[in-house]
Amino acid sequence: MEGGASVAIFWLLAALTVGAAVAVVMLPNIVHSALYLVLTFIGVAGIYILLEAEFLAAVQVLIYAGGVAVLLIFGVMLTRRGHIRQSNPFNSYHVAAGVVSLALFILVVLALGRSPWHAFPGPWPEDTVGAVAEAFLGPYVLPFEVAAVLLLVGIVGAILLAREEKGEK
Amino acid sequence: MANRIERKSRLGEDLLIFWGRCSKILYQYVVVAVFLLGAIGVAVAALAANWLVRPKRPVAGAKGETYECGLETQGPTWVRFKVSYFLYALIFLLFDVETVFLYPWAVKFQVMGWFAFAEMIVFIGILVLGLWYAWKEGALEWK
Amino acid sequence: MITLSHYLALAGLLFVVGLFGALAKRNAVAVLMGIELMLNAVNINLVAFNRFMNPGEVTGQVFALFVIVVAAAEVAVGLAIVINLYRRRLATDVEEADWLKW
Repeated sequence: MEGGASVAIFWLLAALTVGAAVAVVMLPNIVHSALYLVLTFIGVAGIYILLEAEFLAAVQVLIYAGGVAVLLIFGVMLTRRGHIRQSNPFNSYHVAAGVVSLALFILVVLALGRSPWHAFPGPWPEDTVGAVAEAFLGPYVLPFEVAAVLLLVGIVGAILLAREEKGEK
Repeated sequence: MANRIERKSRLGEDLLIFWGRCSKILYQYVVVAVFLLGAIGVAVAALAANWLVRPKRPVAGAKGETYECGLETQGPTWVRFKVSYFLYALIFLLFDVETVFLYPWAVKFQVMGWFAFAEMIVFIGILVLGLWYAWKEGALEWK
Repeated sequence: MITLSHYLALAGLLFVVGLFGALAKRNAVAVLMGIELMLNAVNINLVAFNRFMNPGEVTGQVFALFVIVVAAAEVAVGLAIVINLYRRRLATDVEEADWLKW
């Protein structure tokens, strides 16, 4: 990953991702927040492409930008109350939350500055998709099936919680 | 004519050399970037053409109201949606995740043999249980 | 030259923004959005470490894939809880969801 273009693309994607994330948190209209969340997800997909993890980028767009974002927007639409322009206010702890977040960021940056990373630059496997398939059908087969069970339990729980109760209109 | 084509191809070569200095992987996404720019360009051009051509009179009276099948609009636009939408979205998410795992399996399963096949059948079986439950609970019916 | 530290700093920034959203928002759906941002930041970390420290294997990518699946289940259940809360109390305010507290 050398060359000026990839550096420029990294900064562009980083600015897009972080800017959209800040918009998600700061905007007073929660529908706008949800739309900027989609932009953040697409920016993260771009970062994955820059890291040469194309399959993960596709998964990111498919599940996050396609599935999770749709679910979140339905969640917004199903729980509407009051005026939409003030639907995403801060709570009474926002100053403390800001201090905690800032402190954590300073800690992360300090830790990054002190850690000497010994990178091992090498080629990715040529065919990432095949390597991922071999990993989760080989050594990670148990987590793979457990993920299916987790998803099943999650969906059953969500339907149980969200459906209209019997007899209730 | 031939001269023009030659010049064009030389421009293409220059571009190739420029991008060849960048990463090999990134080069493949130049096509994507071109498509992206084209898509943004079409949207911006359509909006700009609208803005240029449209009359610049202020909208007054009933003309500025929302059009709703020729009827008077009733109530606010931001109504609460039915919960059925959410249940559909849940089932969509379930099979969205399944597709994500099916794709690499489909790329590799001829190499990996019957064990991988059985694993995926178990995986799909577990997720179909979720569909069966949703069906049983009437999440697929529009009430 | 973009190094591992650049990606980690980006992920750290994204995580902090998400943390602030999860802590400082009143609407429960906005809190869920903050959590999604944090999970995305963690995924960037996983893939970046995988790319720079151990490029021969795809362990980090597989782990990120599992994180994505868990996040999908999490957001489904979380939103179902929010919808149920709204149905019972007509509110999505996390400060009002204090039934277990006396």
